[in-house]
Amino acid sequence: MIGDADIEKTPAASDSALSSEKMQTIGLSAWFGEKRALKNISLTIKTNSVTAIIGPSGCGKSTFVRCLNRMHELVPGARMSGRVLLDGRDIYKRDVDPVLIRRRVGMVFQKPNPFPTMSIYDNVAAGLRLTGVKRGKSLDDIVRQSLEQATLWDEVKDDLKKPGTSISGGQQQRLCIARAIALQPEVILMDEPCSALDPTATAKIEELIVSLKQNYTVVIVTHNMQQAARVSDFTAFLYLGELIEYGSTKDMFENPTSEITEKYITGKFG
Amino acid sequence: MTSYTYRKFKNRLFFVLCLGCVIIAVVPLVSILFEVIARGAPQLSLQFLTQPPQPPSLPGQPAGGIGPAIQGTLILIVLTSLIGIPIGVMSGVFLAEYGNNKYAAVTRTINDVLTEFPSIVVGITVFLAVVLSLGHFSPIAGAVALSFILIPIVARTTEESLKLVPNSTREASLALGVRRWRTIVSVVLPEAGSGLVTGSLLAVARIAGETAPLIMTILGSQYFFQGFNQPMDALPLRIWRDVTSPYPSQIAQGWGAALVLILVVLSLNIGVRVATARRSNGAHARLGEIRK
Amino acid sequence: MKISSLEDDLFKILAAVIAASAAVILIVTGYTLFNGALPVLQRFGTYFFTGTQWNPNATPLYPEIYGALPYLLGTLVTAAIALLIGVPISLGIAIFLVEMSPRGLRVPVSYLIELLAAVPSVIYGLWGLFVFRFWISDYVETPLHTYLGWFPAFRGTPFGLDFLTAGIILAIMIIPTVSSISREVIRAVPNSIREGAYSIGATKWEVIRNWVLSYGRSGIFGAVILGLGRAVGETMAVTMLIGNASGSAAMPTSLFKPGQTMSSLIANGFLESSPGTLLYSAYISVGLLLLLLSLLINVIAQVMVTRIFKVKGGAVE
Repeated sequence: MIGDADIEKTPAASDSALSSEKMQTIGLSAWFGEKRALKNISLTIKTNSVTAIIGPSGCGKSTFVRCLNRMHELVPGARMSGRVLLDGRDIYKRDVDPVLIRRRVGMVFQKPNPFPTMSIYDNVAAGLRLTGVKRGKSLDDIVRQSLEQATLWDEVKDDLKKPGTSISGGQQQRLCIARAIALQPEVILMDEPCSALDPTATAKIEELIVSLKQNYTVVIVTHNMQQAARVSDFTAFLYLGELIEYGSTKDMFENPTSEITEKYITGKFG
Repeated sequence: MTSYTYRKFKNRLFFVLCLGCVIIAVVPLVSILFEVIARGAPQLSLQFLTQPPQPPSLPGQPAGGIGPAIQGTLILIVLTSLIGIPIGVMSGVFLAEYGNNKYAAVTRTINDVLTEFPSIVVGITVFLAVVLSLGHFSPIAGAVALSFILIPIVARTTEESLKLVPNSTREASLALGVRRWRTIVSVVLPEAGSGLVTGSLLAVARIAGETAPLIMTILGSQYFFQGFNQPMDALPLRIWRDVTSPYPSQIAQGWGAALVLILVVLSLNIGVRVATARRSNGAHARLGEIRK
Repeated sequence: MKISSLEDDLFKILAAVIAASAAVILIVTGYTLFNGALPVLQRFGTYFFTGTQWNPNATPLYPEIYGALPYLLGTLVTAAIALLIGVPISLGIAIFLVEMSPRGLRVPVSYLIELLAAVPSVIYGLWGLFVFRFWISDYVETPLHTYLGWFPAFRGTPFGLDFLTAGIILAIMIIPTVSSISREVIRAVPNSIREGAYSIGATKWEVIRNWVLSYGRSGIFGAVILGLGRAVGETMAVTMLIGNASGSAAMPTSLFKPGQTMSSLIANGFLESSPGTLLYSAYISVGLLLLLLSLLINVIAQVMVTRIFKVKGGAVE
């Protein structure tokens, strides 16, 4: 972990580092004002895996992942109940600072949102600079590595000073991934990362996602079932704010247990 | 202190500073209101409001009243409104309804610039243009000067109010065969009515408090209105002259006049806000009726 | 059909002609001032803009002469003080209202700030004269003079009617304008930028300082220029608090000196002069100079602010 030394990151159980459960939600519910968006969701995110969250629009997928890095509470009037565990510790406990959680659980958004007032280099370096990493070789190295991991380095290495919005949509999204990776998070959340991109860019990112799971745990929200089938190891199906089914992707798509799941997967609604 | 604790500290500090800015801004307002009320209220009486001022000859001699000043301000408000509101509203109509051209764009910018004109400059100009031509100080000159300030404000607020009227309203009227000018006058203007009234009232509140344009147009006076070719008094002028004089009785009179002025201006402002809050529900209802 | 379009055309022309009132006001102002200023401008030329002597009473030793530099500088110095103090406070208020305030507080607080703009200038002056100037002279100027009196800006025994007090009052008066426009600018910053910044673990202050303010900097700059325009044009409050100095004694060499701005000079002295005299023309020339400065600033401000987004003209108080 770069930067601050006093971050609460030691896992609860002594062997949690080997635990296969990176994150867990227990009875997670969420509201926007009076409107309930999530109903008692309990599931596990396994370490170094790709978990897909699927379901029709409005079923609460985005709300769910936003609860995983405490972005949900930024919306005025939003609240939640239940527990969300990261390495066995509840991230919503009173003394936990959301800022620290968001560094360990990064996010990539539906519409690529690189910072328009910053260069490509500065976009990637932004998170690091906040934690006190100064200009210099170490910063350059991390920026380069992040861009390489995001498979963007070769395309922008000569243009690092250009504004973050001067590249194509697909490249911008990979830039956002690099920006998230630069902080060496443990989990990367992706909220429909490809829905604003063309097929070629989408394919590149899907490849990237599969490669990312070696070093990170990935949770991806998608409305594209084929995409879920391609990239994920586990899938959770949400419908009207409830968790209908959860299991390995293979099992879910070949032998869905619930009727609704089956209907959704076979395209009878969505 | 580690980097992270330092960041947290900065975050908290920043929140306190911003809150502090709000408090710093509110303190003068509270203090002004407090002082004006505390020092001005003792002066208020029916005599004070209706009698003319007495020259401060002997210490302890009361300074009289501010009747002429109140009358003068009222006269100015009426005259300025008569001159300025029709012109301002019509200008606003032009900008809103026929406003998609270079001429309108330039006019719009000029109006915006005029709202920030130094008011003393308006005073000199009207002195040169009106007082010198007439040969004497005059309430008309004062009203013209205040109109210089009122017209641009009313023009822009009228434009904004008219623009809030949905185009479907205009189209519905035109489709019924009503001519364009009639549509504007009989349908769009009433629809925007509350916005127009609000804008005009706020503009009036603003000019009621202006002093500089009056210094060299109506000059100020000890007497009630004496005609359109004589100087006249007004509340802001009275305040200025009283409180910069060396006599305590006049200074006290000035505070009383200030209280009256603030009451007038603030009640216009607050009254307008309260009325708009309630009226916005009424506007929806009327719109619904037109649609039926 | 022809008849109805004739009516419509007439109405449109009527409206257009009346709308020309704005241009008429501007042109009349410029023309009368220029005309009235000519005698002095022709007589003194550039000295008027660069000279510091202001001497209406001709004696054999000291001829009649008019230089407006002290007053120009006085206007600029008080405006600069107003910006230095008023802009940060306005930004703090804008940030508080958009990013930090609980929903219920938003309307009352912003309304209180708006009320600041409703108070007439002469009442600010009155309050300043009897209340505020003592706050400043007792709690700000005296300590500064006692401990830092060697610093040029703090020289001179403070008694409260000076550049500093006038400047601070101006700061208070521009807060409503600058803060309301800044508020719109900050509100207009897309939420996607804030989300991106939060997602990399930025604190609220960091999000605002590094991203929100950065994105909105041109809009905020426009708000500052508008505030400057306001400060330059302000008359009564400044007249009552600036101390009424004249000529080279009015040069802003210290914050605690009494001074004079272009608007206060005219407010204080114009009526003392007789039409046709040079002094009379000198006052008008100062008015012309003030007009030109104000026009320059406000045109720039309007162009900047309307380019960023729509502004509600005169309703922005």
